[in-house]
Formats: sequence, C-alpha cells, structure tokens
Amino acid sequence: MASGYSAKEEDGHHSGAPGPAGSAAARSRKPDNTAFKQQRLPAWQPILTAGTVLPAFFIIGLLFIPIGIGLYVTSNNIRELQIDYTGTEPSSPCFECSQNYSWNMTRSCACSVPFSLDQPFESNVFMYYGLSNFYQNHRRYVKSRDDSQLNGNLKSLKDPSKECEPYRMNDGLPIAPCGAIANSLFNDTLELFYNEPNGTKTQIPLLKKGIAWWTDKHVKFRNPTGDNANLTAIFQGTTKPINWQKPVYELDTDAENNGFINEDLIVWMRTAALPTFRKLYRIIEKRGSASPTLPRGNYTLEIIYNYPVRSFEGRKRMILSTISWMGGKNPFLGIAYITVGSICFFLGVVLLIIHHKYGSRSNSADLPH
Amino acid sequence: MGLRVNSQGGGTARPLESEGAFVADLPRLRPDEPCISPPQLRSIMAVRTSDGLYEVLGGGVWQEKPRASALVWRNRPPSRRRDDTFPKTAACSRMTVPKDMAEKWLWMLMPWRGCRNPRNKDPGQEEERHVKANDRDYNEKFPYADNRIRTSKYNVLTFLPINLFEQFQRVANAYFLFLLILQLIPQISSLSWFTTIVPLVLVLTITAVKDATDDYFRHKSDQQVNTRQSQVLIGGKLQNEKWMNVCVGDIIKLENNQFVAADLLLLSSSEPYGLCYIETAELDGETNLKVRQALTVTSELGMDMSKLTEFDGEVVCEPPNNKLDRFVGTLYWKDNRYPLDNEKLLLRGCMLRNTEWCFGMVIFAGPQTKLMQNCGRTAFKRTSIERLMNTLVLWIFGFLLCMGIILAIGNSIWEQKVGRNFRDYLVWEDVLTTSVFSGFLTFWSYIIILNTVVPISLYVSVEVIRLGHSYFINWDRKMYYGRRDMPAEARTTTLNEELGQVEYIFSDKTGTLTQNIMVFNKCSINGRTYGDIYDEFGHKVEISEKTPCVDFSFNPLRDRKFRFYDHSLVEAIKLGDPMVEEFFRLLALCHTVMSEEKNEGELVYQAQSPDEGALVTAARNFGFVFRARTPETITLYEMGKHVTYQLLAILDFNNVRKRMSVIVRNQTGQIKLYSKGADTILFDRLDPANDDLMYTTSEHLNEFAGEGLRTLALAYKDLDEKYFADWMKRHHIASTILENREDLLSSLYEEIEQDMMLLGATAIEDKLQEGVPETIACLTLASIKIWVLTGDKLETAMNIGYSCNMLRDDMNEVFIITGHTVLEVQQQLRRAKELILGAGRGAANGGKDAEKMDRYRDDSVFEETITSEYALIINGHSLAHALEADLECLLLDTACLCKTVVCCRVTPLQKAQVVELVKRYKRAVTLAIGDGANDVSMIKTAHIGVGISGQEGMQAVLASDYSFAQFRYLQRLLLVHGRWSYYRMCRFLCYFFYKNFAFTLVHFWFGFFCGFSAQTVYDQWFITLFNIVYTSLPVLAMGLFDQDVNEQNSLRQPKLFEPGQLNLLFNKRQFFMCTLQGIYTSCVLFFIPYGAFSNPVRDDGSQIADQQSFAVTIATSLIIVVSVQIGLDTNYWTAVNHFYIWGSLTVYFAILFAMHSDGIFSIFPSHFPFVGTARNSLTQTSVWLVILLTTVVCVMPVVAIRFLRTDLYPTLTDKVRHMQQASRKQRPQEQNLKRVRRTSSRRSAYAFSHQEGYGELITSGKNIKAASSFSAPPTGRIPGSSSWIESLLKKRNEMASSTVVEPLRSNTEREGAENTPAQQHID
Repeated sequence: MASGYSAKEEDGHHSGAPGPAGSAAARSRKPDNTAFKQQRLPAWQPILTAGTVLPAFFIIGLLFIPIGIGLYVTSNNIRELQIDYTGTEPSSPCFECSQNYSWNMTRSCACSVPFSLDQPFESNVFMYYGLSNFYQNHRRYVKSRDDSQLNGNLKSLKDPSKECEPYRMNDGLPIAPCGAIANSLFNDTLELFYNEPNGTKTQIPLLKKGIAWWTDKHVKFRNPTGDNANLTAIFQGTTKPINWQKPVYELDTDAENNGFINEDLIVWMRTAALPTFRKLYRIIEKRGSASPTLPRGNYTLEIIYNYPVRSFEGRKRMILSTISWMGGKNPFLGIAYITVGSICFFLGVVLLIIHHKYGSRSNSADLPH
Repeated sequence: MGLRVNSQGGGTARPLESEGAFVADLPRLRPDEPCISPPQLRSIMAVRTSDGLYEVLGGGVWQEKPRASALVWRNRPPSRRRDDTFPKTAACSRMTVPKDMAEKWLWMLMPWRGCRNPRNKDPGQEEERHVKANDRDYNEKFPYADNRIRTSKYNVLTFLPINLFEQFQRVANAYFLFLLILQLIPQISSLSWFTTIVPLVLVLTITAVKDATDDYFRHKSDQQVNTRQSQVLIGGKLQNEKWMNVCVGDIIKLENNQFVAADLLLLSSSEPYGLCYIETAELDGETNLKVRQALTVTSELGMDMSKLTEFDGEVVCEPPNNKLDRFVGTLYWKDNRYPLDNEKLLLRGCMLRNTEWCFGMVIFAGPQTKLMQNCGRTAFKRTSIERLMNTLVLWIFGFLLCMGIILAIGNSIWEQKVGRNFRDYLVWEDVLTTSVFSGFLTFWSYIIILNTVVPISLYVSVEVIRLGHSYFINWDRKMYYGRRDMPAEARTTTLNEELGQVEYIFSDKTGTLTQNIMVFNKCSINGRTYGDIYDEFGHKVEISEKTPCVDFSFNPLRDRKFRFYDHSLVEAIKLGDPMVEEFFRLLALCHTVMSEEKNEGELVYQAQSPDEGALVTAARNFGFVFRARTPETITLYEMGKHVTYQLLAILDFNNVRKRMSVIVRNQTGQIKLYSKGADTILFDRLDPANDDLMYTTSEHLNEFAGEGLRTLALAYKDLDEKYFADWMKRHHIASTILENREDLLSSLYEEIEQDMMLLGATAIEDKLQEGVPETIACLTLASIKIWVLTGDKLETAMNIGYSCNMLRDDMNEVFIITGHTVLEVQQQLRRAKELILGAGRGAANGGKDAEKMDRYRDDSVFEETITSEYALIINGHSLAHALEADLECLLLDTACLCKTVVCCRVTPLQKAQVVELVKRYKRAVTLAIGDGANDVSMIKTAHIGVGISGQEGMQAVLASDYSFAQFRYLQRLLLVHGRWSYYRMCRFLCYFFYKNFAFTLVHFWFGFFCGFSAQTVYDQWFITLFNIVYTSLPVLAMGLFDQDVNEQNSLRQPKLFEPGQLNLLFNKRQFFMCTLQGIYTSCVLFFIPYGAFSNPVRDDGSQIADQQSFAVTIATSLIIVVSVQIGLDTNYWTAVNHFYIWGSLTVYFAILFAMHSDGIFSIFPSHFPFVGTARNSLTQTSVWLVILLTTVVCVMPVVAIRFLRTDLYPTLTDKVRHMQQASRKQRPQEQNLKRVRRTSSRRSAYAFSHQEGYGELITSGKNIKAASSFSAPPTGRIPGSSSWIESLLKKRNEMASSTVVEPLRSNTEREGAENTPAQQHID
C-alpha cells in the first residue's frame, strides 16, 4: 500500500543494494497467495437459463393458482354483515341523532336499526365498528399520545409528553390519557337484540374482553401501579380527556378492564393504517355446538349515538363477521393470488415459446476467439 | 529536467540561462491584458521584464477568453500559486509524501477543504532573502522557516475540531446536518432525530478514524525525516544535529551518498575546482549525475574549520519558490559581490555522489526548500462514474423536491378540504393557521422523510468498495514483479472503475515499453555474423533462460551479468583472429565512457547512453577491458595484459555527424582512427576496397534491423604520422578560433574520417519489457487505442513501433509528418486524411467522419481492421504546429483514423497537450503510462496516470495513480481489475438507487392515504437501520467480490472490455431503468398490503389493519424483496456473499423481534412503541401470504426481462458466462493470445546516444581525480580551453533543448554575452 513508502525505505533505496537482499527478503512485499486476496474465492455462479427460469415460472403459477382459489373460497365462505348507521340520510333511523349531536352534549341519543340475517352465522361471530374517512394515520394524530403514561408511568401520568399537545393539560390538570387519539375515543355503545319469531327481543351477550392483543393488554398498557382496586385515587390529580364523558377510571366496572387497560381504549389506541378501518368491538361466542351463534332471523341493533362523524363526512358501520384461518373476509388476496399465478403461468408459456423460437440455446457457440 | 518549452515564437524567443527555458522579449504583461498570437505564447513561460530580469510566469495561467481568441494573463490569488505553474516536472520526494494515497483518499472526501500548509503563506511577504553565514542571531530576525517538516495536519488537541470542521465542509455531511436541524423543529419533525444522527455519526466516525490513522503515519514519517542526523558547524566544531534543528545560515557538511538536508549554497568540496556531483532522482527523476560547482572564492575554504567558521558572507536572493532550475542571488563577502545561480545550489532531496565531502550554507530550510515548495497537490481526479453519480444525485434532489412539492400541495388541499372538518378530532396546532402554511411545513417534513433516496451511506459505501478494489490491485500476485520486489500499487483509491473505461493509452517509450537496457546481442565481424546459435541440424535455436551462455571465466575482469550465447565468437577471440580483436579493441577505445574501479577488478562504467555502456561491456567480456582513462591515455586490459593507448583526439558525436571517432597511438607507435556510427553515414566514408565486405555487412545489418535491433557500423583507419601531425595542428587552431568553430571542426573531422576500413557491425537490443507486443495486441483487441509519445528520435521510435507490432509492414501506409511550417504540416495531415478516407470509405464526409466512425463502430470494425490499417508518425516540430488551435482538430481526426499513432521528439508539455486534446474532443477516458520525469505532466493530465516503477527515479510513480513494475501488467490492470471494478461499481450503483427508491417511495404512496401528513410507513428504527445495517453488507459484498466473468476469460476475450468504454453498464438510461424498477417495487410494496389490509383481521378476530402491523408487513416484504434482488444481481456467490445476504435477513428478524420485545419496551417505553407487533403480525398466515405475493410480483418481471434479454440478445458477457459454466469442470484452455511474431523488414536504425558525450570533459581532464585513479599519471596538461565547464554546460543546455525542439541558433551569440554570469568567476 501507499504506506509502503516510508522514509526509511527511501534511505535503503539509495544504499546501492540491488533489490531486496538478505534480511529484506524475509519480508518480501510479495502479496500473499490466498484465495481471498487473489479473488479466487470458491463461488456459486448462478445464471438465468431457460432451465431454471421457465420451471420457476411454471411452479409459481401452479402454486399460486390453488392458493388463490383456496383463499378466495375461504373468503367467500365467511359470513359478513355490515350495517351503516351513520344516519346522514333522512330515512335512516339515526338521522335525528346524527343531526343534533356534537361533542359537548351531555344527553345521549339512542337509535335502533333493524336488520335480518338470511343465513345463520355458525361459528364465533365478531362484531366490529367501522369508520370511514377517519384519518387515524395522520401524523399529528399518530404521535399525539404518551406511551409512557399509558404504560403506567406515574411521572408521565402527572406530566404527559409534549407530543400530546394540545390535549396535554386541561384547566391546569394533566389529562389522562392524554393526546388526540385518546381524546377521540370511539364512544358509541352498540347492543344487539335477536327478535325472536314470537316478538320478544333477546339481548345477545357480547364479550368485551379478549378483543385486544395480549401484548397490548398485558405489556404495553398498564394502570399506574399494579393495584387496580384504587384507580380513582391513582388518577387523582388528573383530568379526563376533553371529549370524554367519563374519566378513565370509570370506563368499566370490571377492574381487569378499567383504566388504561380497558380493551376498548386499547383497541382504539392501536391506530389504523388507512382512513377506512374497522376495529373489533365485541365477540359473540358460540354457545354449544348445536345451534348457530346467530341464527337466521331478525335482529335489532341498538345504538347509543355519541360519536360525531358528520362534520368530516365520515361513515360509521357495525360489522358482524365470522372468521377463518386466514382471518376475515378479504377477497383481494385470493384474487391477487389467482391473477399472479395465472400471469406467471402464462409468462412461462410465452417465454417457453419465445425461447424455442428465437432463443439462442447454444450461447457460447459463436464466441469470438 | 528543467522547464522544457517548445517555442515557435521565431526570433523573439531564445534560451534562458537555465536549462531549456526560453524567454521572449516582451513587455511585462499587466493582468487581463490580451496579447498577440496566443498559440505561440501559450508555450512561452518566461517573459523578460522591463528591469532586465527574466520572470518565469509561474504564478498565473494563460486563459483563453471564450470568444476572442486572445490569451489573457491573469494573476492567480497568491494562495493558489504553488502548483499552477506549467507542467511541473518536479514533484516531491517520497519522504514528504509518505502516504500519498491516503492523502488523496482524504482529498476525495474533502475536495473543498482549505489548504492549511505553511507554504501556503503568502509568498509576497518575503521580498528578498538575506542570509548571513554562521550568524544565527542575524538570521533569526527574519521569519525564515526552520528545517522541521510538518506534513501532518492535526495534533491530539486539534484533531476533533479541525476534523469535524473539515468533514462538515462536505456537501453530503452538511446536508445531513441540515436535515438533523430540521428534525429538531417539532412542527416539521416527521422522524426522530436518531434516524439521521446514527448514520451521520457512523459516517463521521469512520472518516475520522481514517483521517487519524493517516495523520499518525504522517507524524511518524515526519518524525523520521526530522530526526535524521547532519553535521552542522557550530562554534568552530562539527556537531551532529537533527535535521529539524538546522537553521538558515548554518554551514553543514555532507558526505558521500548522503541526502542534502536543506537547500544549500555549495561552498567547497573534496573535488578539485569545488566540483561536486549530485543525483537528483528524488527531484526530477533523472539518475545521471549532475555537476555543481562552488564559487572559486568559497571553494578555497576547503575543509578548514577555522576558515569556514570565519566565513561571514551574506547571501541576498530571491524568496522561496518552486522552480527547481532557477535561482538568482548574490553573495556579498569581503566587499565583493558574487552572482549566484542554480549551479551553485544543492537542493534538498538530492544525494551527494562521487564526492567525498562538501560544505554548504543553508539558504532555504524545511517547508521553504524547493523540494517542499514543489509538493503541489495533484489535481483532484474524479471518475466519470463519479461525475455521473453526482449529477444523478442532483437529479434525485430535484426529484425529491418535486415529490415534496406534490405532497405539500396535496397537504394544503387536504387540510383545506378534509383537515378543516376533521378538527374535532385533530385540532390545528397554534402555528397552523392556514392550510397553505401547513403545506409549507409538510414540504419540509417530507424532505426529511424522503431524504433516504439520497442515502448518506452511498458515498461511504462507494469509498469502501473502491478501497477494497485498490487493495485487490495491491494484493495481486500476478502484478507483482519479483525481481525488484515490487507489487502493483493503487496510489489513488478513487479511480478504479475508470480503469474499466479506458479508450486511449498514451505510452512513453523508454523505460515503459522498453527496459532501457541495451544488450549487445549480435555482431557482424568481417562478414561473419555472431550471436545466433544453431542446433545440430542447422536450425536457429530460440534463446531462452535455459540456453547455456558463454563462459567468460577466463576473464577475471568480466561483467558477471553479461550474457552471450554464441560460443564461436569466443573461439575466434581465443584463436586470435585479428579482425575480431580489432573489432573489440575499437569498442573498448572508441567511446566516452568513464570507468571507476572501487576495488581491484570491480569496474563500474559511467556511460552517457546505455548503448555505449553495452558496447564497452561487451568488449570487456570478450577480453578487451577498458580499465581507465586519463585525458591523454586509455588503458586497456587486452587479453590478459595491460596496454596503454595514447589518446590523441576525440571526434565527438553529434546529431549531424551521427558517428564518433577516436584517434589513438598504440604501443607500437601506430596512429589509428577508430570510428563507429550509423551505417548509412559510415558506408559513405569507406575505402572502395571494402565494397564486398560492405555488401555482406549490409545484408547482416538488414537482418539485425529486421529483428528490431539497433545497429552500428564500425570502421578503422591507419593514419600517417605526418598527415596526422598536420591535421592536429589545424585542429588545434580550429578549436581555439572563436568564429565558426563548429563548422571548421566538423569539416576537419569530415576530412580525416575518410577511406576507412570496415570492421563490422554491432547489433544492440533495446530490450523490450517482457510481454509488450502481446500486451499491446491484447489491448488493441479490447478497442483501446495506444499512442506512443516519446522523446526519442523518429528512427528509434519507429523501430520500437515495429518491434512492438504496432507498426507492421502489411499496413497500408505509414504517414510520417515532419513538416517544419504550419502549412506543410497541414498539407501532410490533409493528405493523410484524404488518403485514408478515400480508401476506407467511398465518400469522405469531411471532418465529422471520425465522430461517425465512433458511432458506427461496429460496422466500421471490418473496414478498419481488414481494409485499412494506417499509422501516423509525427515528430516534435510538426506536433507543435499541429497542436495549434486551427490544426488540432485535423490532427485528432487523422490520428483517430489511424491504427497506430507515434509521436516522437515530443516535450513533456506536448505530451500533456496531446493527452489534453484527446481528453477534450473525444470524451474518452485516457490513460497515460510512463516512468520518467518527462512523463509527469502527461500522467497528471490524463484521467488515469500509471507510473512504471522503473530505475528512473520515483517521480512518475509519485505523480501517478497506479504504479507497477512492468508494462505488461497494464493488461491485467485494465482488463481484469478495471473491468471488474467498473462492472462492480455499476451494479452496485444500480442496485443502490433501486433499493433506496423502493424503500423511500412507499412513503410517497402512503402520503395519499394519510392526509399528506408526512407520516412514515415504517418504524423509525427500521428507517434508521435499513441502509446501514439491513441492506448495506450484501450490496457491499457484491460490489467487492462480484465477477461476471472470471479473470482468465476477461483476458482471453478482450472484447469484454468494450461495454466499459461505451459506458453501457451505468448511464442515465440505466439509472432511469433502475429507479423505474425501484418505483415499481415501491408501488407493489405499498399497494398489495394496502389491498390486503383494507379489511383484515387476525385469525383470532382482532384487528391487524393497524399501522404497526402494516409497517412490519411492508418492511419485511421490502427486506425480502431487496434480498432476493441482490441475490439475482450477485453473479458470484462467495461464502462472504452468502454470509452477508443470509446474515442480513437473520439480523433483520433478530433486531425486529428484539425491538418489538417486552424487555426493551419496559426500559424505553416511549422509544419502542412497536412492542409485540412482530409477534402478532408475523405469526399470521395471511401476512406471510402478503409478503410472498409482494415478493413474487416485485421480482417476477425482473426475472422475465433479464431472461428474455440474455436469451434473445445475449451480450458477449452472457455468452462467456455460459461458456464458462459449461466448461467449469474442464481445465482452462490454452491462452489464445499467442506470442505475436515480429515481422522483419529493413529499417536502418541508428543506435547511439543522442546526447553529446563527455568528450570535452575527458580531454580537458577536469574530472579525473588525481588521487583516486589507480594508474593514471598526474595530468600535466592544463586545459586549453579555459571555460570548458561553461561550454559544456552550454552544450548540455542546447542538447536539452534540442531534445525538445530545434534550438534557435540565431540567438546563441547574444546569449553568450548576457547569459552566464557565472563565467566571470570561474577563472
């Protein structure tokens, strides 16, 4: 290397010694004969040949089409029902509520939407609420939270992160939980009634636990101090988010589902990637194997309408869905797989034809020498 | 050598006193004043100023005004003065640039860095230098630098601030600093500060460590130089002092073979007349000895300490400058003034030779020495790829701004339409008053997010790859030259990929193509040839290493290195064949070689030219040992006995005579004239009785010339005593006459050199370096054009051209341009061009044709190679005319139509001009290769300079970018290393841009779905680590190790080199393609998960459409896609590639799960909000299905297109790769490029030194040491011509300039009067 030119060597250079003599020969500057230094490392040298590319295309095609069909069929077998209850149309049962409501009203507005199921929902049924045009992924919205506070850090509880501005303090008291996300917690109450053929309404039991990720519920979200019994005292000195009707420690009566570890809050706090999203609201468990979870028939969805979406032209939906091994209803993936598989197969055929007609199979034949 | 200039300024220019520079009588030019006839003036470097001094215009540059073709003299700001003189032939010695490469590396990183060097101080501060000998107190009054040298830049304390300051002067670093500041503004910050600071700190640290190590080595070498010992006269005694403690005004003693410690004024020396000999190899690369002479007054000081101590002369001289061949000063001593010039100065870096001791007074010390002043930084070279890369980076910046603006406008609209209504959930912040302002803020936020399209790691990775390639060059055993223990060296790490794009090679001849070793190879004596050996069947045997050579052991004084294979010549000698004896006697007598006998029998010859040395050595081995000479005698050791000849006259060589003769009286009292010279000249002066012999010898000469040997005819003549006495008388008169001396002498010589008897002829092989013809043939096959630029004569150059196979007899025509006027040259060039175009293509299309030929290279290949092969040979004067503005295009066009171009008799400046010409008009990558000081300008001008680390000093190597010991390594450097480097760099850049576009543009698409709010798609940690951890190593491994074609095939298929020349692998189109691929990938990466995540749930019903799962899915897809892509791009999967590719994937998942783990979240809850996401999303089948789908959709089209391309339009590379794979198991075939046979044809080659010899020096006797010569009687003869030194020097000046351009003889007389102030004090 360049460092080889040292002053010392220069002295030696002129001493008249022809080349490296005697002791110098011991440290000859001859480079080492290693595979690495001579760039002779053994290597695998793959080439894209017809023998490798064409089979790959066919295999991908043959693999993807069945997967796609499987996905599509699975997706189609999933029962799903969506009810838009936003109530922007005058005919809608929730029209009244949607017209009048704003965040500051203390009185709740209730409305009910009847619907019927043509086919029974067999397995566990998941009840979602869906919002459209709601930008939970807006940068200022996303960052407006304090994970430390939600994790039960007492210091953050009293002094929330600056990121929560302007939902950080209210009347000189720290907001718990702070930030825009928590402030805009979805607060409609949805209840489901089965209209029995005889006319009586049976409320369908909705599970509100188990809707959040285990990690969220047990790791990410924690009430300040593990002692759940005394939430009121813990949250002393904080105030509820501006839009909330109840403080955080009154979200539920169940101590396991109250405060920061309220699962509705947790689910809401996991912000959606896209402006149209659905979040799990309740689970309807299958009772016994004999009868379907939701038999065919008429139902009523009772809504306590709190959440205003009209201002930004949002929509609110209630979704009932069963699930499969691949999750909820999603025809996209199945169709995409079928398409891609077909294209691959088709491409394979085209390439094969091109290769046989025009390709040069013996590439090295006309090498110049 | 000095500043060589070609001067066409007619009568206005003439030689200056210093070697070879010309001055013109011109008024001093004021800045910005236009002057007449620019082309002539461009080459004039010295201008006579009004006060009678000559000022070399070194401080500025000639600039051509764009339109008006007038030259304008501009003053450069003083700080830039040092290295902008005309082609500097001098550079620094190795001791001052210990790690040139490292320095260049550094310069690459910081091209804008200011220069803080002591010699950077404004030289204007010092108007005149006053130095008083032995008076430190007096000298300390002036701010003269001491002799300490500091090339290091930092010390422990200043390192951090200075280094950081320097680093932030780089645009890239400053840009990232700017981003960092942007990120600290909360309203803008779309990414955490650490995403920028981590890579930035990493980059800064790597650079700082590199800088620190470099500086450490500089410190070390400084230390080593500074602590060398020298003997300083202090207080009347010689004391050992370290070099760094030597002060200006000190008197120091130097001994033989010591380096000169500072610039010294020579005071006295051990040799008579205050002479001393120095070797200036470190300064100008010339290994021949130079003479310096002290003033007579000071040389009388001798080594008398008391006198020396009393010496209190004061030197007034010019301030420090970098002109090695010029010094003006005056010595004031004892009320006398003595002018001082360069001939009295010993410069630092020289080495004292053949002189026992000398004393000198320090004039310039340390950084102010001429050597250090000459350590100009070489111009910073960039590769074309790098320039393209910088352009592309600017484009990308533009693209980034466009995206930012689009998204900002989107944001404004969104805030206006949606955000305004969404304020129930997301209030506008205080600063956010209007949607337009929001758009403005968003613009900056997006600039931050999207900055990864120009990743900081790009520059660092490029550096690492280049460094790696440089190491591979250094490590290559096949470019290691064992005989001199010389590995190849990449002295610049920044040019490697340019090696793969070279189109023009400009090669020096002597020492580059040839070894500059002359070997007595054959001879013809009295009509019989010797030198070839035949086997028993009478077939000629090829001489190889194994051929037994003649045993000269009968001769105790033989040169052991001499090899000769034909035994018959020794037999003839032993039999005492009188002609053979006479032949060798002639060789032993007729020369100007000096001998030195260190020990008994250990002879060392000092020859002016290697040819002479070879001939005398040959005679020595065959038993005619030239042992010693005095001015009047030559002592031979003839076949075992001493014979002393009386030397009566030397009829020295010159360019016109082309022969030299000696007249000697042998022991029997006979007077003989021995002559050797060019056959054409000598054959005219033979006795008619020789006709038969002449005929035979002539045939032999043809034979020799056909083998590319340099031939010389030998003849002798017996002289009549009376006639000679008469002739000698006339000679004596002629040599003392003042007017017309030359003419008279030459006619006298002519008279006596008549009717000679032919003895025979010698054939000397100007040994080509090993493998030169093969290398040239191979490089020609790779479409590289090789031009030979040599200072040698036309005949020699052509001879070498033929032996290198560059010129061949079957060429259609060899054009020789030797015009003396512009018009002649123009006519000759025109005619050549018309002839070529007329023959080659039916219709000549005028000047644009050369361009067209380039464009239709492929179809013109046939014609160029088969139907028309032309060669152009142009000599120095013609070149000077041809390089003028109006002819240069014609020259270039013509030259480019020829297969071979040879320029002979060119000056260093012209070499650079030719390179510059091609560089400017052809837009091709040029490479200059040379070994001597005269190649430095060319090496520095070309895109790539290669130095042959030969015997001619280190100068070319120091100026070069690559150096190795043998010309043939060039083939490997270009075809293997260059090609690979280019290929790797291109693949690397393509992939790198692709990768970052794919990575970054996802944010762009996401912008449309998140209200243009500059929300990132990925986890911030992922953004931080993507470029520096997850994806850097696989692509680095590819950039370092990938090989499309192995080295054997690279060499065997030189055509593989062409894509590089045509710039096919990475150009704007390729860049566009790879960014397009990146955009496509980013689209797929975003929209497939988008489709899949429009309403997904986990298999336990809970949601998965959240942002974090989305981020993990896209990030994982991205990592897998880019890993698959690098897998596709990697053609050569070594273990390292495997390790890095699989390792990167593993590391990704490991880090992903670690960062999403409970543990790290519980420690830093606010920095790792992604807790559990990896677990919850990557356990889902649907997520993996999305990733699989994304990968296939991203990669499938690429595979299909690549397959189609190689299948339908396979490039040569593809074919070779297929072949390579097919024959993987077979042994590599025989090398195709078999030795090219030289053709034989008659070319009279005249081999002789093209410099006048030491003839006058010898006869004057000055240089013969009275004491040291073992047998020489003390010379009684006082030199007849008193100013022999002066005339010798003058002659050497003339020779020096005549090697450049014909000297302008019309001015010699005037010059004699003004020019040599030294002469008055010599007598």
